[in-house]
Amino acid sequence: MATRTVQLEIKRQASPDAPAVWEKFELEWRPGMNVISAMMEIAANPFTADGRETTPISYDSNCLEEICGSCAMRINGKARMACSALIDNLEQPVKIEPLSKFPLVRDLQVDRSVLFKNLIAVKAWVPVDGTYDLGSGPRVFPQQQEVNYPLSNCISCTCCMEVCPQFNEETGFVGAATIAQVKLFNNHPTGSVLKEERLRALAGDGGVQECGFAQNCVEVCPKQIPLTNAISDVSRDVLVQKVKDFLRG
Amino acid sequence: MGAPRIIVVGGGLAGLAAVIKIAEAGGNVDLFSIVPVKRSHSVCAQGGINAAKNLKGEGDTTAQHFDDTIYGGDFLANQTPVKAMCEAAPGIIDLLDRMGVPFNRTPEGLLDFRRFGGTLYHRTAFAGATTGQQLLYALDEQVRRYESEGKVKKYEGWEFLSAILDTKGVARGITAMDLRSMELKAFPADAIILATGGNGAIFGKSTNSVVCTGSAQSAIFQQGAYYANGEFIQVHPTSIPGEDKLRLMSESARGEGGRVWVPRTAGDKRPVKQIPESERFYFLEEWYPKYGNLVPRDVATRAIHKIVYEHGLGIDGQPMVYLDLTHIDRETLNRKLEGILEIYEKFVGDDPREVPMKIFPGMHYTMGGLWVDFNQMTNIPGIFAAGECEYQYHGANRLGANSLVSCIFGGFISGPNALRYAKSLPAAEGDGGAAAELARQAAMNKKLMTSSGTENPFKLWRELGHTMTEHATVIRYNKGLKQADQKIVELLDRYKNVNLGDKSQWANTSFAFTRQLYNMLELSRTIVQGALVRDESRGAHYKPDFPDRNDEKFLKTTKASFTGAAEGPRLEFEEVDTQYIKPRPRRYDAAK
Repeated sequence: MATRTVQLEIKRQASPDAPAVWEKFELEWRPGMNVISAMMEIAANPFTADGRETTPISYDSNCLEEICGSCAMRINGKARMACSALIDNLEQPVKIEPLSKFPLVRDLQVDRSVLFKNLIAVKAWVPVDGTYDLGSGPRVFPQQQEVNYPLSNCISCTCCMEVCPQFNEETGFVGAATIAQVKLFNNHPTGSVLKEERLRALAGDGGVQECGFAQNCVEVCPKQIPLTNAISDVSRDVLVQKVKDFLRG
Repeated sequence: MGAPRIIVVGGGLAGLAAVIKIAEAGGNVDLFSIVPVKRSHSVCAQGGINAAKNLKGEGDTTAQHFDDTIYGGDFLANQTPVKAMCEAAPGIIDLLDRMGVPFNRTPEGLLDFRRFGGTLYHRTAFAGATTGQQLLYALDEQVRRYESEGKVKKYEGWEFLSAILDTKGVARGITAMDLRSMELKAFPADAIILATGGNGAIFGKSTNSVVCTGSAQSAIFQQGAYYANGEFIQVHPTSIPGEDKLRLMSESARGEGGRVWVPRTAGDKRPVKQIPESERFYFLEEWYPKYGNLVPRDVATRAIHKIVYEHGLGIDGQPMVYLDLTHIDRETLNRKLEGILEIYEKFVGDDPREVPMKIFPGMHYTMGGLWVDFNQMTNIPGIFAAGECEYQYHGANRLGANSLVSCIFGGFISGPNALRYAKSLPAAEGDGGAAAELARQAAMNKKLMTSSGTENPFKLWRELGHTMTEHATVIRYNKGLKQADQKIVELLDRYKNVNLGDKSQWANTSFAFTRQLYNMLELSRTIVQGALVRDESRGAHYKPDFPDRNDEKFLKTTKASFTGAAEGPRLEFEEVDTQYIKPRPRRYDAAK
């Protein structure tokens, strides 16, 4: 009996300036395989389907539980996490490419640090007085916690930015993930002290107004974060803030 | 002389906690991490964080938390730092709450607490089933705030390679490598804090993240740091076997009422839901009526091991047992456990609200780590350690939900102590040894890059993982441990003949991995040899040939030091601080 196999096609690029090439791989099928375990197998046996020796694939990964946000890539055209991409659920050959909206590093590795810069720009933190024992935090009712917790589940994978038609160099759009964090911190009793600054940071070019309501973000989010709700809530708050600032002169 | 410079290596909970304390006190920090710090392994912690806040009217106290931790750790932990941690825990929860961690709440808006293993109290605060993620983000956000103020400089995508030691053996900085450009560079510092996490990769597949190789710990072990209690490895009773890793199924599943069972009849062919209650063997509940499914991890792990391998009752003859939540209503499960249930659903394909989960023990945590004093400093002056990479808080077995608190507490202690130390440090002579250390690292890199052998590093790693999992996890025999040590020696020898495959000088992940692999091999010998010498059973360390705890001979910390000799590390033993709680037998089949 012939062994059952898995076909993969992976887009390789040795460096940002090198040409991109597709390499084909054929691996022995194993139950429960995912895209990561397939690439681990390639690292241990680095040969293409036609038997040519190649190098292990460069890709970002860490937790492999879809909670660290590292292994985002395009799999069969869809931006998603490689660790939760089970081979049995994918059409073959499985086509694997790097995210396309971020500077390429090598193979499937891209530089997504723009998101962390955005989080600084919108002051995505609660400005606590200090780390000394200053008593308990503000009271938060479960109803409020149930709104905030999903927003706080964002793993910074940037899939929402990858699929957003407005996320490009021309608009400079911050993307859905950052806007959802603005909602989260503005919701927090202490975090809200920076609310106006956050809204102003999203008021200009590249801010909430760039959103074109394509709704791709909410569909692709691996954590099912209500991103479009967050964008409309924050858009409204930004507008109110603009009016207030205008009236204040 | 300017303000002291502190280097923190590792951006998980312990590292970030240290950074925050130093920045708050006015120090400058260079923060090194292989991955962007927000992607550190702390995100994987699911169930919660312990603190005796006594918000459920049970009369819980920090003294009780202290006793549970010492008892759970089978009396091997030094008691002074553990006592301090338990006393600080309620304040840490308050701080995290102030930082905006979305902890679960009671109807009145107060913190909610759940029960965890090894205690009879509701002592565990939690944020859904992603507590580690939420805690890490809270600290990450505070660090980002300091970063925006210029007090913290992040070196994300840089890997720590070694410490720079001066002629007196005092730490003067680190060498690190940019994982993209492969640039090797020396970074001077007045004090260094290692917060580099666990070493699960030594066991091949574990619940740990990819970066948890123990490489940094091993590097400074090879430079003279003691490695303590390496033989104490926690195997989590409930993990989901996978092709790429073992995924954790949190203890909170049992904390919220999950029941572990197997069919009473071996090879029962009926669909699981058709097996009547009377024909299900709830073996933890029968064997440990007092704690039931919430016995500590080592006890649960051995029980599952026993039911599978001695009673032959694994599901379908496979090494798996049921962890059943299906008797709890969906709404409650979704509210309290959604995150972990999604993991199971996503990675296995079954809905655990409808079908009992299939689980098996998996390597999860190292209680052992770098030896530190009560100020969190290693025996190398100027190198501190905090978090899972050090050995101090969990003795022979860690209680569930104690890791997050020990990481943050260790970070909070190490940060100010490193700053204090740095302020009183006399200036280095010359470059403090930087050029020499850089040259040593460059030579190692060159040797590896030009190696033209035949051994695939990833295959060597698999062999290491199989050996370690077989001989140095749940059940240990001296014969097997000796075999494992021989196997590691063989792998070290074959490593000399390694073939890198990829020789490029740009984002070469194989190169970085192969360097880590060497350090894994050296560190694994401390685990195996520590276990070999310890002829007793204590906490997670279990030898059927020596089934009892032997306080007379082994109520001692194992300290391994690197020799470079063929026979491996040198082991010595240190007295344990037991000044507060007198050691007593540890049993969970009755009240303690």
